[in-house]
Amino acid sequence: MNAAGSRTQSVRRGAVTLLAAAAVYEVTARSGIFPAALVPTLPAVLQTLWSMLLDGTMLTHAFHTVYRMVCGLALAIVVGLPLGILMARFRAVEQFFLPLVSVFMPIPSLAWVPVFILWFGLGNTTTILVVFYAATFPMVLNAWTGVRSVNPLWLRAAGAMGAEGRDLFWKVIVPGASPFIITGVRQAFLRSFVAVVGAEIIAASAWGLGWVIFDAKEFLNTDVMLASLAVIGCIGFAFERLVFGSLERATILRWGMVRAAKS
Amino acid sequence: MPQIEVRDVTLVYDTPSGQVPGVRGVNFAMEASEFLCIVGPSGCGKTTLLNILAGFLAPGSGEIRIGGKAVTGQGLDRGIVFQDFAQLFPWRTALGNVAFGLEMKGIPKAEREAIAMEQLRLVKLEKFAQSYPHHLSGGMQQRVAIARALAYNPAVLLMDEPFAALDALTRDEMQRLLAEVWRETRKTVIYVTHNVAEAVFLADRVVVMTPHPGTVKTQVRIGLRRPRDPLSVEFLEYQKELLRHLTEQTATAA
Repeated sequence: MNAAGSRTQSVRRGAVTLLAAAAVYEVTARSGIFPAALVPTLPAVLQTLWSMLLDGTMLTHAFHTVYRMVCGLALAIVVGLPLGILMARFRAVEQFFLPLVSVFMPIPSLAWVPVFILWFGLGNTTTILVVFYAATFPMVLNAWTGVRSVNPLWLRAAGAMGAEGRDLFWKVIVPGASPFIITGVRQAFLRSFVAVVGAEIIAASAWGLGWVIFDAKEFLNTDVMLASLAVIGCIGFAFERLVFGSLERATILRWGMVRAAKS
Repeated sequence: MPQIEVRDVTLVYDTPSGQVPGVRGVNFAMEASEFLCIVGPSGCGKTTLLNILAGFLAPGSGEIRIGGKAVTGQGLDRGIVFQDFAQLFPWRTALGNVAFGLEMKGIPKAEREAIAMEQLRLVKLEKFAQSYPHHLSGGMQQRVAIARALAYNPAVLLMDEPFAALDALTRDEMQRLLAEVWRETRKTVIYVTHNVAEAVFLADRVVVMTPHPGTVKTQVRIGLRRPRDPLSVEFLEYQKELLRHLTEQTATAA
């Protein structure tokens, strides 16, 4: 089967799964077991979503969330990627940073939110720093592992052809470690998305998807909460499939460094 | 003056379980454009010797001189082809792989791609210039590796059992191709193999090595006209002679 055909089929399969889940929810909502205010029907949720999209509030919330996430994630990549690579290349860097990574990595990023609020106040700085904290470790670990797993034959062949310094780094080590680096960015994204919504619930004021969910709880606006959750899911899905999916297809899949699943 | 001189090269490996001799007192010399095969059973130190020649390892004592200059590390005067297909860079096309050495030398893109294309033509892969290594067969990947090692025009080509992982038919084809490439480029080649027929087919001279410790047992000059016929009586005589040297040493070792 050609690639386009299998793509359409996977979209169709995904749609079937989602529709089945929606049907189960809808039946539950209409069964009368739970109060309608707590479990609104899907049409009610969709209507709320639609009106929030129309008046622009949902887009503004989403924009704030994505903005904070992208800032924190970019910061994490800028710091974590070079740090991981340096740790793999220089023993002194590894010996200095590895204990720090081991100590700080297991601390949930959200546990830092109250501390960061005291230090940096409510708002963007705190949220971005929490995202940065959450995303840095997967980036560091994957870059570190990736560089250490570069095939030594590539290094030998490159060395025999006179590659050293920057050339060796950019043209051999980075592409050689790219399956891990891409996985690292992917994991960093997932962690940062979880962190940004969590941090907004605690630390944001007035805007952001996490904040809107928390705010809606005060007024029992379950439809607003569910509509926001749907938007969070859609944004995550879009990043995961479009951004990282295309990145993979353009690089490591094309180079045969990883393979698509057989069936 | 010979182009390559290997003088009394000795290397001992330090391992956790003690010292393991790699090679001891290896001596030989080569003229420019000579095709030299090093044969020996596994563990005789032939790959160790090649790694010293390549500059990946420094000898414990003795020295290697290429063009009168002592070898002190890796250098663009030597091209290297390994046994493992994975030696190619998977993120570069065949052309990109072949052009790598020229890129490191700072040769402009258009020029280096023209040279790389010429090298791919030499190994009959010009149609696959834009293919990534994972779309090429093992034999084709090794041909790209040969083109890559030749592209920056090193004086010496070092080859470590480059066809050992190929099936027998492809190997025969590759040997003929390599003989042709050598005739056209007249490189000085040092070719490590454990395959006696391959050595007789390719070499001007064969260095036979013995293990424990790895040292040169004898050298056999192959006085056959090229292209060589592997089924001729003379060819088989040379094969027998090499095998005899190899089995003698096995008997002594046992």
